Amino acid sequence: MTLDVREAVADAHRRGWAMVLAATVRVTRDPELAEECVQEAYAGALAAWPAAGVPDNPVGWLTTTARRRAVDAVRRNQVYRTKLALLVPPGEDEQPAEIAPPEPGGAVPDERLRLIFMCCHPALSPQVQPALTLRLVCGLSTADIAHAFLVAEPTMAARLTRAKKKIAAARIPFRVPSAAELPGRLPGVLGVIHLLFTTGHTAPSGALLVRADLTGQALHLARMLRDLMPGEPEVRGLLALLLVTDARRGTRVDAEGRLLRLDQQDRSRWDRAAIAEAHDLIVDALHAGRPGRYVLQAAIAALHAQAPAFEQTDWPQILTLYDHLVAVWPSPVAALNRTVALAHVHGPAEALRDLERLEADGRLAGYRYLPAVKADLLQQLGRPAEAAPAYRAALELAGNEPEREFLTRRLAGVDPPAAASIRRAEQPVRAAARSASAPSDR
Amino acid sequence: MAQYAILIYPGDSAGGPEDLRAHDRHAVELEESGCLTAAFALAPGATATSIRGEAVTDGTFVDAKEVVAGFCVIEAPDLDAALRIAGRNPAVRQGGGVEVRPVAGGFVRTPAHG
Repeated sequence: MTLDVREAVADAHRRGWAMVLAATVRVTRDPELAEECVQEAYAGALAAWPAAGVPDNPVGWLTTTARRRAVDAVRRNQVYRTKLALLVPPGEDEQPAEIAPPEPGGAVPDERLRLIFMCCHPALSPQVQPALTLRLVCGLSTADIAHAFLVAEPTMAARLTRAKKKIAAARIPFRVPSAAELPGRLPGVLGVIHLLFTTGHTAPSGALLVRADLTGQALHLARMLRDLMPGEPEVRGLLALLLVTDARRGTRVDAEGRLLRLDQQDRSRWDRAAIAEAHDLIVDALHAGRPGRYVLQAAIAALHAQAPAFEQTDWPQILTLYDHLVAVWPSPVAALNRTVALAHVHGPAEALRDLERLEADGRLAGYRYLPAVKADLLQQLGRPAEAAPAYRAALELAGNEPEREFLTRRLAGVDPPAAASIRRAEQPVRAAARSASAPSDR
Repeated sequence: MAQYAILIYPGDSAGGPEDLRAHDRHAVELEESGCLTAAFALAPGATATSIRGEAVTDGTFVDAKEVVAGFCVIEAPDLDAALRIAGRNPAVRQGGGVEVRPVAGGFVRTPAHG
């Protein structure tokens, strides 16, 4: 019984957090106060549901409870301000904040979208926007967010608090921008949704490679954005990119949770319906002309997904798309990925030259895939003595267990004693991670 | 409605007669729109005197190349509206810029006439 309640609350947290919080922010306009009310509502559920039973609509129950607390808190603040006004002569007119009535369901855009536009407001620093979205929209813990952005937890906590206080103090609006403002505001939102997806797709920490709830949230938001802005090719491009990447999700690791490369994955298990949906979105978006970053990335991913076998991958076409991509999106990550296509078309030597140029410019310092790609290229060139330190560098940067295991196996191919010593050192950690993720094995 | 201070930082090359006329026109426009609460232009930073502890020194408090040249206080429903108003300040197009800060409280006494 208690276990059922815990599961119901956990499920309502996974699926409903953003909805409950968005509905509450609408009342408070203060994300920090709203978060407190929502957390109290979840705690209230844990206390009330064992006796009363899990309600038919747990998210609805939580929303009503959190909003009620928020209305009380806002009223308390207003009473406090009114009383204060008796003691302090009014310097400016303190208008009581209007308490927003609940919106009728149906025609309104999802409130989570307002929450996203609020979290991605250009008045907030670009570093804090994705972090705040993960916290407020996805309900991720500060620790997970800190790890995802490679900063210490107290630093991230301070950053989030500062952002939330600014939203309230500067009145960053809780709304979807007007049609005229939308094109200027959209790239930030697309970037954040993409980051949510990649954070979920390659979990920042823990025993599992993929966090399906986070990728699911990102897909849901991308779909909603597509419905809201059907004429925007980049929105279609982003949705297509997420769909086609997610279509391969189940095949990226083997039965033991070990990472598989594209050429080792079972293509028969890829989600064909998702790939077909992505294909249609990409064709539509390409017809619009002047494809942007997401449309091109989606087209590259779709070419991989549509190849019947790895050996039949259309590398020249992929390289052409990468050339367009690095032209519209000067990202070192895109340039790094381009070197992989380049290796397939013109050989590993030319690819390594490009990669070393990227390494020299320093923008990818600390990015774990750079040493991993470099190691693979060196191995292809028959230079295992140089590949081994590159694999070790990648291992030092890799966060999740399957990636570490994958890199250790690759290292074993060029330097077996080094890989064996890493395995010995990590054995207890790995065993603990496995038992934590699969208690039923015992 | 909330109040925001717009702190004006002129560009290096700003300050010519046409630049000043643009600021005058902008001030009239703000006043007519009804959102302007207060506006002040300051004398150059070279005329400033700063006090820190016991020490009185010549010049602005923060020793920076860019110095506040004036500020106004406006009323706006939210930050987006405030940014739209602030973005029309001529300093933005004269090589300088503006800083928008929410007002936490304030007091202005209208000087008696005569």
